[in-house]
Amino acid sequence: MIKFILNRLVMAIPTIVIVSVAVFTLIRLIPGDPAALMLGDMAEPQQIAEMRSVLGLDRSIPEQFVIWAGNILSGDFGRSIVTDEPVLHLVLSRFMVSAEIVVIAVLLASLIAVPAGVIAAWRQNSLTDLALVGTATVLLSIPTFWLGLLLLLAFGLKLGWLPVLGYVPISENWKAGLLYLVLPVMTLVIHEMGVIIRMARASTLEVLRLDYITHARAKGLSESAVLWKHAFKNAFGPTWTMIGLILGNLLGGIAVIETVFTIPGLGRLMVDSIFQRDYPVIQGCLLLVAFSYVVVNLVVDLLYPLFDPRVVAE
Amino acid sequence: MRKFTFNGVIGGGLIAALVITALIGVFWTPYDPSALGFTSRLAAPGAAHWLGTDEFGRDVASRLMIGARASVWIGCLTVAFAVVCGTLIGLISGYARGWVDGVIMAVNNALLAFPGILLALGLLAVFGANQYGIIFALGIAYTPSMARVVRGAVLSLREREFIEASRIMGNSEIYTMLRHILPNCLAPITVLATSMFGWAILSESALSFLGLGVPPPAPTWGNMLAAGRPFIEQAVWLGFFPGLCIALTLLGINLLGDALRDKLDPRMRGLK
Repeated sequence: MIKFILNRLVMAIPTIVIVSVAVFTLIRLIPGDPAALMLGDMAEPQQIAEMRSVLGLDRSIPEQFVIWAGNILSGDFGRSIVTDEPVLHLVLSRFMVSAEIVVIAVLLASLIAVPAGVIAAWRQNSLTDLALVGTATVLLSIPTFWLGLLLLLAFGLKLGWLPVLGYVPISENWKAGLLYLVLPVMTLVIHEMGVIIRMARASTLEVLRLDYITHARAKGLSESAVLWKHAFKNAFGPTWTMIGLILGNLLGGIAVIETVFTIPGLGRLMVDSIFQRDYPVIQGCLLLVAFSYVVVNLVVDLLYPLFDPRVVAE
Repeated sequence: MRKFTFNGVIGGGLIAALVITALIGVFWTPYDPSALGFTSRLAAPGAAHWLGTDEFGRDVASRLMIGARASVWIGCLTVAFAVVCGTLIGLISGYARGWVDGVIMAVNNALLAFPGILLALGLLAVFGANQYGIIFALGIAYTPSMARVVRGAVLSLREREFIEASRIMGNSEIYTMLRHILPNCLAPITVLATSMFGWAILSESALSFLGLGVPPPAPTWGNMLAAGRPFIEQAVWLGFFPGLCIALTLLGINLLGDALRDKLDPRMRGLK
């Protein structure tokens, strides 16, 4: 078990290193001189040269990378060109907003969709199965930004039940905070349910045709015992991995939902920074999301043996 | 088998409708999509304008047809880019093995650690927000998954007897790779490419919705949806129809993808 954990931890290191190199390279590829950008149009060439030296841009690329990586490791992500705020603080505070929405949505979607997928597999080719799979396929085909707009129109503007735009942190006012979360969370839940139902169904189907399930049935176990005690445990692994991937993907792709509901989250920050060419912030967002994606997948991998102890033996 | 037909027919029908609409849009649209009409601003769907007009009096149906063209074009080029690059990288990686494979796959897996749309956002900052910027950004973002799938297929194929036979017959490695290995990778490539076409159309509209896609006044479904957002209460059709087009296209691709997977992926056969 310890070997398994160490193995997974060590495997994450090269990924994190290459991710950092990729982000570093990407930011250097953005056209325009950051020093000139920071100083504005009126800057003298002399000032730009000085700024370049302050930023370390006059050094060789490998040198720049070592200094940059050192800064990142000590938590210095630089300052925003636009607001002069420390990037790490800015990015982390926005990240918490996005993470709250994404985590609640994925949790709710899994709670509904996993049992639905298992039931669809259990009743394969029945009317229930067809209805569930059909619904799932339709749900996953609906773009979240469109669904969000329609829900906003229905529940916010027409019915007036829910606040339409903005965000209140739950820590400040939990009642209002929850109300503001309903629409964005509902949008994501509806969409992700489609993905999870199909995955849970497919992996359950694969398990249900194995001999040990026939054996369990032959022993005279009830269908619910066969399904939840025997099939579900083995079938949940791939779905669990998928849920991790969805979590990571949503952190990267939540910008559209944040745009629809005007939520000050990480995705919106990144898009705004691209418009403003605020490259330290773009870099901070890219690094944070990529790292959290790696960490989420690592945690998913490390918890996997709880559902399927066979992976440790392998 | 009946289900395959159903999925295939509905999915194929939706995609055929999309492609035909896009093609017709090249030659004919009900109105000039960029003609302004100040007397017919925000007209509701009716006999004159089937799907209504926007805030500048432009015909929504005509703009959707032009938008379909943009979506199909961007989707096709993105997939072509990812398929060509990903297949090449996957073939080399899987066939060479050893340290070449190790290095390529380490970089590949690290790129997969970026959610696709995030990588595309970062790349768009480099390429700039325009049609070809999107194609490159999305193409590069999708290449790693294609490379991984092709490499997996190559690794399992290269140990098979018919590959060994080709080598023993004196065929060069490159000939063996192109003549015998590549054709056998086509099934997984096709399945993934179909899904990718959907991802590309969705991502393009998402990026256009964020203002990072094809810049207006050129209509795409994404930027039409974004432009319709402020009018959602008074002119719901402005946001509704572009979104419906995206949703129907994605539904078509998902159904077609399911049908193809059932047909081409041998692992799925036992499940039907």
